[in-house]
Amino acid sequence: MSTVRGLSRALRLSGRGLLVGLLTTVFLTPFYLLLRGSLMDARGLTSPHWTWWPSTAHFENFTALFDDPALSMGRALANSALIAVITAPLSTLLASAAGYAFARIPVRGRGILLALVVGTLMIPGSVTFVPTFVVVGSMGGVNTLWGIIAPGLFNPFAVLLFRNFYLRFPAEIEEAGRIDGLGWFGLYRRIALPNSGAMLASLGALAFIDSWNSFLWPLVIGQDPSAWTAQIALSTFLTSQTINLPGLFAGAVVTIVPLVVMFLVAQRYIVEGIATSGLKG
Amino acid sequence: MVAATGVRPRAGRSARFAFALLTAPMLIGLGVFKYVAIGWSFLLSLSDARGTIAPSHWVGLDNYRVLLSDRAFRDSLLQILLFTAFIVPVTFAAALGLALLVHRIRRGRAALRTAFLVPAAVSYVAASLLWKMSLFNGLPAGIANTVTGWFGADPVPWLQTTSPPLYWIVLVTLRLWLQVGFYMVLFLAGLQGIPKELHEAAALDGATGLRLLRGITLPMLRNTSVAVLMLLFISAFQAFDEFYNLFNSGLSGTGSAPVQTPLGYLYNTAMGSQDYGLGSAGAFVLTAFIVGVTLIQGRFTGFGRKEG
Repeated sequence: MSTVRGLSRALRLSGRGLLVGLLTTVFLTPFYLLLRGSLMDARGLTSPHWTWWPSTAHFENFTALFDDPALSMGRALANSALIAVITAPLSTLLASAAGYAFARIPVRGRGILLALVVGTLMIPGSVTFVPTFVVVGSMGGVNTLWGIIAPGLFNPFAVLLFRNFYLRFPAEIEEAGRIDGLGWFGLYRRIALPNSGAMLASLGALAFIDSWNSFLWPLVIGQDPSAWTAQIALSTFLTSQTINLPGLFAGAVVTIVPLVVMFLVAQRYIVEGIATSGLKG
Repeated sequence: MVAATGVRPRAGRSARFAFALLTAPMLIGLGVFKYVAIGWSFLLSLSDARGTIAPSHWVGLDNYRVLLSDRAFRDSLLQILLFTAFIVPVTFAAALGLALLVHRIRRGRAALRTAFLVPAAVSYVAASLLWKMSLFNGLPAGIANTVTGWFGADPVPWLQTTSPPLYWIVLVTLRLWLQVGFYMVLFLAGLQGIPKELHEAAALDGATGLRLLRGITLPMLRNTSVAVLMLLFISAFQAFDEFYNLFNSGLSGTGSAPVQTPLGYLYNTAMGSQDYGLGSAGAFVLTAFIVGVTLIQGRFTGFGRKEG
């Protein structure tokens, strides 16, 4: 009796182990295919015979990416890095400041202003690319990095999340600062902000990912190669008439690897952020 | 509105000054990039604004009439509904299934979660490349063709096959791979919020497996489920990246895309034909469409109801 039950339990457990193993393999296969593709030559990639791994690794696929001046992959990566490095901390800081004011500072008209902020949430972000293009274009932002960056700095959703966070922020901590003579701005800067580390980290990391991976807006506003981001460069490469397959895979590796590394490092915060707020884009 | 605070100084000039200082950048930014943009675009949508962003030549509702009588636009709305009808339930079920699986694993749970979550760091552009050139290429040695070959099927060009619409498999699996880990984390957080005693009590009553899931787990995940559904809907309606990158020309591209999303239509209208009047009208129609569907969906799932 107990052996039968033990056996069925063992079967169930190994069945689950098998399923987990299979799923993990399926999920990680694209990463393997990516690396494999980036190290093969064109002939190997289009061959009708499957090879698990190239016999010689073609690292020149990567050097070719940066040697070809027409491709501007180096420039595009630098643009993307600059955009993400500016967008992530700045958008998070702006949202935290506004969120604090809306949660804590009692002034007249605060409710109406908050309603104006929340009202922008009703309209899905990417749907407004035509209006945003009209405004940014009229200010001369086409083909400039600031034109790519500016609209992404103002995230109403993050304002709401920070507001909720500061509403729950224990008042006793601020009390001490109040006694020391800090005003509202001082309370925010000296006490609330330094105590928001986890929120700043999680929302900052998500903003970094969104910024690095965004496609539609940089496509709309950065038509000139000098303003291409890494995603646009990769896409141009992908949709052109003649395709250099190994270069394409190598290009994808250099756009993915920096972000995956950052993702793995910041994963704890990202999971926390996703789990507590359920947000994206 | 303000949560309990002992800190309640006079709401005097210093408070107004600090409030202005802290909120001004955000309010001005949203004012310019949302409110001014939308107002301006509304004027453009009532104008003949081809090749110009100055609303000068008034045409009333002509743009809306042209748009709604354009078969390509109506088709794009239909396509996005169809796409949503595929991707939302599939992703929902897969994310819930993965969460239940990961939740029950004791050893190596973090590593497993990472394996499912790490695709969320990959862009749609890079994933499109992988799906188009590696997984679903038309080569006999391509992964998809190899697997179907085990069952005796001949190799097929997945993206170009429109009847039956095999390209849907490419679209749906791509988005599933990118998104499912993210929603799995939401469900995992929800599962952690279910008191252990509930399951234990139900188990004592003899409930197992599916009955436990239906009787306890799913009802307790109600709020999470509603949020996940809402996010899935909104992100499906905004689909653009993978459609653009899978179907726009390229080695195994089809020349003319078998499907176009509304955002793709808008992109071609505003950026390709430089018709900002029509493009603006499209943005409003699409917004109304999304808000409408979201509200209908909200009625069904009870989103916005007081959570008890």
